[in-house]
Amino acid sequence: MTRVLLIEDDPAVRRGVSLALRRRGHETEAVGTGEDGVEALAAAAPDIVLLDLMLPGISGLEVCRRIRETSQVPIVILSARGDDIDVVVGLEAGADDYVVKPASGEVIEARMRAVLRRVAPSQPDAAAPADRATYGDLEIDRAALRVAKRGEDLALAPSELKLLLFLSVSPEQTFSRQELLEQVWEHSFYGDARLVDACVMRLRAKTEDNPRRPRYVQTVRGFGYRFGPL
Amino acid sequence: MKRRLVKRRLVKRRLVKRRLIPRGLGTRLVVGFLLVSALSALTTAALTFRQARSAILDRARDGAVHDVRAQVSSLAPDLPARPVEADLRALTLQLNRSAGARGWRTAAAYRGGRPVTADAPAPALPDRLPAAASSATTALTQRFHHDGRPWLAIALPVTSADAPAKPSGLVVYVSFSLASQQHDVTSLIAAARAGVLPVVLAAAVPALLAARRVLRPVRQLRSAAENMAGGALDTRIHIAGRDELADLGRTFNTMAATLQADAQTLRDMEAKARRFAADVSHELRTPLAAMTAVTDVLDEDAGAGRLDPETSEALTLVADETRKLTRLVEDLMEISRFDAGAARLNLDEVDIGEVLRHTLALRHWQDRADIDVPGPGPRARLDPRRIDVVLANLIGNALRHGGAPGGRVRVRARDIGDRLIITVADNGRGIPPELLPHVFDRFTKGDAARARSEGSGLGLAIAAENARLHGGTLTAANAPGGGAVFTLTLPRLPA
Repeated sequence: MTRVLLIEDDPAVRRGVSLALRRRGHETEAVGTGEDGVEALAAAAPDIVLLDLMLPGISGLEVCRRIRETSQVPIVILSARGDDIDVVVGLEAGADDYVVKPASGEVIEARMRAVLRRVAPSQPDAAAPADRATYGDLEIDRAALRVAKRGEDLALAPSELKLLLFLSVSPEQTFSRQELLEQVWEHSFYGDARLVDACVMRLRAKTEDNPRRPRYVQTVRGFGYRFGPL
Repeated sequence: MKRRLVKRRLVKRRLVKRRLIPRGLGTRLVVGFLLVSALSALTTAALTFRQARSAILDRARDGAVHDVRAQVSSLAPDLPARPVEADLRALTLQLNRSAGARGWRTAAAYRGGRPVTADAPAPALPDRLPAAASSATTALTQRFHHDGRPWLAIALPVTSADAPAKPSGLVVYVSFSLASQQHDVTSLIAAARAGVLPVVLAAAVPALLAARRVLRPVRQLRSAAENMAGGALDTRIHIAGRDELADLGRTFNTMAATLQADAQTLRDMEAKARRFAADVSHELRTPLAAMTAVTDVLDEDAGAGRLDPETSEALTLVADETRKLTRLVEDLMEISRFDAGAARLNLDEVDIGEVLRHTLALRHWQDRADIDVPGPGPRARLDPRRIDVVLANLIGNALRHGGAPGGRVRVRARDIGDRLIITVADNGRGIPPELLPHVFDRFTKGDAARARSEGSGLGLAIAAENARLHGGTLTAANAPGGGAVFTLTLPRLPA
């Protein structure tokens, strides 16, 4: 059972999604405004937040930012396709994934599950990684799912953590955005490569000394991303 | 046969004629101008020359007649009434001495006798002059050519002092070369000729200026018309003056303004219609989002067997139609994005073979399609999501219309130069010829009878838009051996 906080202004969609999730055995609290959502987050401590971007009062983006100030709870954006720019901004604000409305309860649940899985599926050709490893200033604890930089714990959102864990298993191996979408986000459909880009940007902001000249998550132009070389 | 020959000859003649007349309006104007100026210069020169020439010759003649007459009247009184040859010779001798600069030569004849000359050579005389002179009462002159040079001959009948009206029978002949006058005339011709050429050349300057003045508005009109043809309907001409060309320019501007206004109206109407479609889809989406969220709840309950069969059927119907409606609305929104120019490419370099296999695997079509891709597959920079949409549409379409159930679809990918060519072929009945030009139109459906069964009717339109967005093309045709073939051509490295 997952405790879901649904922040959605349209009452019908709120009812429909709540109903679908309840039928799938999740406990759902649904609110209609961003303000109520931020309040409910503190009170109910949900496992995941489903967030509509078009909200009256404070916008979905602002809600996303405020949540990330205090919490690394998984956030999935419920977006209407066509609001592409909003999706990108939402992802940059710290959301982990997004679902395009209209979506069936099955699809919404699948996305939720993928984000909630604490670790990415292991790479088939990678040797079983050590539980703890140090890469430069970064210390990655795979068992405890913790990342520290110079001894200081980093607050990473679920998608950021999963991406870092996945890439660091095979240092210096390049993965295309499409591969990362499939492996880290579990998108079986053709996902949106901007999801990866936004997540990499956020990850760099937290791990790198100079995000403009990244050491850990490096861009390989025309191909994708890789971890290192340090 | 004969007629055709004649015709051909006519055509040939017309061709020749056309080549003789200069093609450009400017050239024609300049040539015309030059012809007119040359003609007027030549006419003026010719008239002036004629006048001057006769003035020169007349003066030479009159001067000579006067001199001869003066000499003769001073010498004649010394002659006897019936002069003999010796007298005549003495007279001519005297006259020859007074020739002066003219260098004339003289002869004298009495009563139709042979002209007597003082010393050789005898003056050259035209044949008919002596005959005419014998009956004349006043001086006769005649110009003639001797040894290829112009000469002037004068026949002066001498009258006695006491009876001026009655000829004495004595005729004095004088002839001299007009070479110096001829020289004057020649230099006149040279002067006229030398004058005509500069005049014609000088006329070329105003001719060119005038042609340019006429041609500038014509050229402006032409380039403006070309701009209009190229779609720049806001083209206007700057008008100066009030002549016919300015009137033409004004008419052109009026036409352009009308055309622009009409085009704008049409565009506005079209934009409004498209915005309406986008707005409607947008409004439909929110209720659909609520309905779609619960379709699987309906499916689940309908399939559980706990409900009344009719209720179950109703639930299934509602769930299915909701999904179809959702797809239609999504396709409408996608088309609206293309119409609004809001569709963007997210390019990525991919292996086409992988994209194809992925597309099939996502939809569980692996067993229904044969893929023919050279391995390792061609690579291209494209938007994988959009190409997946195109391929899924083409393959899905081929599976639906590919004839017998279980019929296979053939997908083939090749890179040819800087292009990537993907063909999707089926074994169906093909596309009816009358439908072929419209397969990519919105809401065109291949088979009216089963139109409602599958697809939104926008799939191929969206596929074509996606191909265009990549800078590629999507075409449909019927294979010679039957079945439809769709060909997607994409640049491998779009700009």
